[in-house]
Amino acid sequence: MEPTPDTLNYMLAGYAIFSITFFGYLVNLYLRWQRLRQDEKDLQEQIAAQK
Amino acid sequence: MSSQPRVLQILNVVSALLLAIAAWMSLSYAPTERVMGAVQRVFYFHVATAWVGMLGFIVAAVAGVLYLVKADLKWDKVGLAAVEISLVFFFIAVVLGSIWARPIWGTWWTWEPRLTTAAILEMVYLAYLLLREGIEDPERRARFGAVYTLLGGISVPVTFVSIRLFRTIHPVVVMGGNPNAQGGFNMETSMLQAMLFSIFAFSVIFATLFWHRLRLGALAEKVEQLKLKALQ
Repeated sequence: MEPTPDTLNYMLAGYAIFSITFFGYLVNLYLRWQRLRQDEKDLQEQIAAQK
Repeated sequence: MSSQPRVLQILNVVSALLLAIAAWMSLSYAPTERVMGAVQRVFYFHVATAWVGMLGFIVAAVAGVLYLVKADLKWDKVGLAAVEISLVFFFIAVVLGSIWARPIWGTWWTWEPRLTTAAILEMVYLAYLLLREGIEDPERRARFGAVYTLLGGISVPVTFVSIRLFRTIHPVVVMGGNPNAQGGFNMETSMLQAMLFSIFAFSVIFATLFWHRLRLGALAEKVEQLKLKALQ
């Protein structure tokens, strides 16, 4: 019977790339939300000042 | 718009827990595959992310049909949200597959039917996002998006069945075997449990992200309306 090959580094690389991509997308969603909330606030102030 | 609905807050916590359990099952609960070693453990997230990737593309195609029938712009936003999230998950699935292939097939990439159709699928929907940006009129953009996601949706079943229709070295682990496969394995009960749980976990995570992305789309629309109001 052949010994089990050492492929641990590939597994770690796989889960590292998963984490970077997945959590990177979560951060991207959060930052877009925050930017839009700030835009919303600024525009509401601008509209209130125009009245 | 600012505070999240109670159900979404619960889904956030449930999704985080499910992801943690799926990771534990994939990395610890399932046994190490004897022939491939530790790299086989990427299989669980590979299958689950591919599943939700394809699910989102199908959701986008259905949203496309609904837009063409009802001409309501909300369906365009649904389609866009589904495609964006699916692109992320399908990209992960393709990269995990490539990492697995390196020690098992001896190459990062080969143009066999499953990998080729998967690459085409990812490119088709990446192009969808880029081409949308070039259309300013919202209704024209939505009409384009609806037809595009409907036609693009055809590539989803093609990708799924490619390993069953064509001669390929990609293993067929779910529903049938492939005599030409390189890297196939007999799935033990705990491996099957880890795979099914990962698919369930990522389905819930997809639903949660989808809801967040829809809220983001609604907020973006509100900001656009405020911009128009501020200009008047």
